[in-house]
Amino acid sequence: MSHPLRPAALALALAPLAGCAASTATHSPADSLSALRPQYASTYKRHPSAPVLIRNATILTGAGPELRAASILLTDGKITAVGSQVSAPAGAVVVDGTGKFVTPGIIDAHSHLGVYSAPGTESLSDGNEATDPNTAQVWAEHSFWPQDPQIPLAIAGGITVIQALPGSANLIGGRSATLRLIPARTVQEMKYPGAPYGVKMACGENPKRVYGEKTGGPSTRMGNLAGDRAAFAKAEKYRREWDAWLAKKKGEVPERDLQLETLAEVLRGKAFIQNHCYRADEMAQMLDLAREFGVKIRAFHHATEAYKVADLLARDSVAAAVWADWWGFKMESLDGIPQNAALLEQAGARAIIHSDSEEGIQRLNQEAAKAMYAGRNAGINITREQAIRWLTINPAWALGIDSTTGTLEAGKAADVVVWSGDPFSVYSKAERVYNEGWLVFDRANPRNQRATDFNLGTSRPGVGQ
Amino acid sequence: MLTTGVWRLATAQTIAITGGTIYPVAGPKIESGTIVLRDGKIVAVGSSVPVPDGATRIDATGRWITPGLIHGGSTLGLKLFDVGAQIETQEDTATGDVKPAFNVAEAIDPASMAIPVARLEGVTSSISKPAVGLIPGQAVLIDLAGSRMEEMVAQSPVAMMADLGQGGKEAGGGSRARSLQRFRRILRDALEYERRREDFRRGQMQPLSASAEDLEALLPVLKRKLPLFVIANRRSDIENTLRIGREFDLRIVIWGGAEGWQIAPELARANVPVLLEPLTDVPRFDALNARLDNATLLWKAGVKVGVAQQDAALFRNLRQAAGNEVRNGMSWDEALRSITLTTAEAAGVADRYGSLEAGKVANVVVWTGDPLEFSSRVEHLYIRGREIPLVSRQTELLERYRTVPPRY
Repeated sequence: MSHPLRPAALALALAPLAGCAASTATHSPADSLSALRPQYASTYKRHPSAPVLIRNATILTGAGPELRAASILLTDGKITAVGSQVSAPAGAVVVDGTGKFVTPGIIDAHSHLGVYSAPGTESLSDGNEATDPNTAQVWAEHSFWPQDPQIPLAIAGGITVIQALPGSANLIGGRSATLRLIPARTVQEMKYPGAPYGVKMACGENPKRVYGEKTGGPSTRMGNLAGDRAAFAKAEKYRREWDAWLAKKKGEVPERDLQLETLAEVLRGKAFIQNHCYRADEMAQMLDLAREFGVKIRAFHHATEAYKVADLLARDSVAAAVWADWWGFKMESLDGIPQNAALLEQAGARAIIHSDSEEGIQRLNQEAAKAMYAGRNAGINITREQAIRWLTINPAWALGIDSTTGTLEAGKAADVVVWSGDPFSVYSKAERVYNEGWLVFDRANPRNQRATDFNLGTSRPGVGQ
Repeated sequence: MLTTGVWRLATAQTIAITGGTIYPVAGPKIESGTIVLRDGKIVAVGSSVPVPDGATRIDATGRWITPGLIHGGSTLGLKLFDVGAQIETQEDTATGDVKPAFNVAEAIDPASMAIPVARLEGVTSSISKPAVGLIPGQAVLIDLAGSRMEEMVAQSPVAMMADLGQGGKEAGGGSRARSLQRFRRILRDALEYERRREDFRRGQMQPLSASAEDLEALLPVLKRKLPLFVIANRRSDIENTLRIGREFDLRIVIWGGAEGWQIAPELARANVPVLLEPLTDVPRFDALNARLDNATLLWKAGVKVGVAQQDAALFRNLRQAAGNEVRNGMSWDEALRSITLTTAEAAGVADRYGSLEAGKVANVVVWTGDPLEFSSRVEHLYIRGREIPLVSRQTELLERYRTVPPRY
């Protein structure tokens, strides 16, 4: 396979290596190696905030039973107490939660915000580097536009963290970015510190449709698998060479290849495979591919047929990120059913409700509600305690940030949503959204409904009353 | 010519649904009411309606009863897949940009997999429409039950579609202004054609801007017999539409109307209904000021608002759309109206559809609770007076995979 690099990228990749090769005699190679320097590091800083006590609310913690008439204290961006006996420290903002619900911030495991920004012009179509079926070298964050006007709309729906993914044109589409959904000028300010990278892969129709008429393919599902296997087979050697060199940092430095570098991170278990895959039989194939290369698939995305292989997903601890009820928009989505998430839960698999949609992300709570009640109405008793996890701790796990967010537990980030009522009611709205303690949305206060630059001069972000 | 759908042969069965709370939409709710269905029609609704002898009695105590939901513009029966160019399942587009004579009725597939899925969420009727072009063609009203097209079509055509926004630009060579000029020319030519049919036949006229068949198809629109559903989202597109409506004295319905809230009083004064998408607010260049409370702001100004939420995979979610109207400020009664009677009014079929009143078509849903809430589900569904089994391909998949591996 050929991997056409753009001239600029080629120069970036090779220049430091050329420099170090010439100077190994006088300097430690590590000093001048791009591979060992910071790679587009997060510059996220927690926004200062006064302590907040939300009192007398129904709290869905995502980590245990629903708490009635309970309180939660947020201090310096962290949750410091949750329970029935929490008092407000001096200077705390007290929010009356009577009649309201409190949940963890909603995490969307599958978003294209910022890479397919509104207003949807060709100029803003930055999600698919559809120039080669393997573009493991591209990073979604390098496309991400922090001024996407879809961002404040999602925040108003209670979203605190997203995984921004490359599209699904390619077998291996590139690295995802795990981002805090906050007002920012640069994507680096939004990057969730310490979050592992995801690597987007795609099964099925999309790669074979996009490349089926191009020289080289793939044009079939077997071609898809062959392309995936070839990519990882090549990356195995790259990983061995680099790991050997990194262990000693002596001798000739292996050539740096950004595409193989990403795949080597997957082989090391440091980057998580996020696999767009609709059909049950293809998920089973991908699980075998993972075994062949000794890697883990962290989550299947879209996974409209996950319910057919819920047992296999539970066995291999692979999450399934699904829509509540999308189906029939393409052949491979034909068998989507609204009980998908409920059947996954019943089988002990890790279910996630994701959006993949600039509209759906604004009401993921409603999507989870549809999935929960579809289960209940079919005799699969899903509780609110379970369903809230589909939106919070389960996607946090898929993104590898579950130790710091995703539940309302002391010590975790103060990523918190106050809802006007039961979040599984169509009538409820996110009223207050805290992102690590920062009140990034307050429905009662237009000053806390921050527009992006693009919104300026138009009516308002559109969140309504 | 306007035609009314062929009615399914009447069934002799009489059904009486008793004990539930009836939301007739046309009037206040009726606690513990009775509704009687016979020969495809509603024959009585009220709190003291006797149950006829021999009627099949359905106890709906504790249940909510509403009219069947009507989609204000879908591709139900015409299309399944959006993605992947699976043209085997798409019938809503035809080549050309001016197609007034294109009527989709004979493309309706009663066996479409999408129909039972939509029904399970209480959707009983759809304005199924053609797409693409300055004048995409004629939409039809169908009921979502029946094994033959003739059993489903309730009004054909029910509306003429036109696109005077972003989508119609190409028909003008790339500018809205040119599209509007072309649109006016076609309407004028239709009038000219009607005045001089004989000259046209004898070839004693300058060429007209469309075929005789297409111009003929526009005459009901120009006589106000057929509503013109105009796709227009940008404020200026809506204003252009209202201007053309005044010039030619048309029965305009705005379809989309994302920025309608900005000129809500003008729409109210013109008595122009809006069929809109309550779940759509992402800014785009033909709707930079879209917002979720568009429906509410229009309603408060006195505009009639119906729901035509797009997305082929989600036509079943009419009740979620209406629930979101309530979430964003509309009254519950008005939101239910927006997926029933208001849509029927906009389409000119409110004499037969959209409410629970004696004489209307017996499209009735019995819900376990508030139909706009996710917690509720359909318990009984009647289309043209017949109870429809609550099954679909999806319920069969569910039963097959309730436990894995499945028992084949």
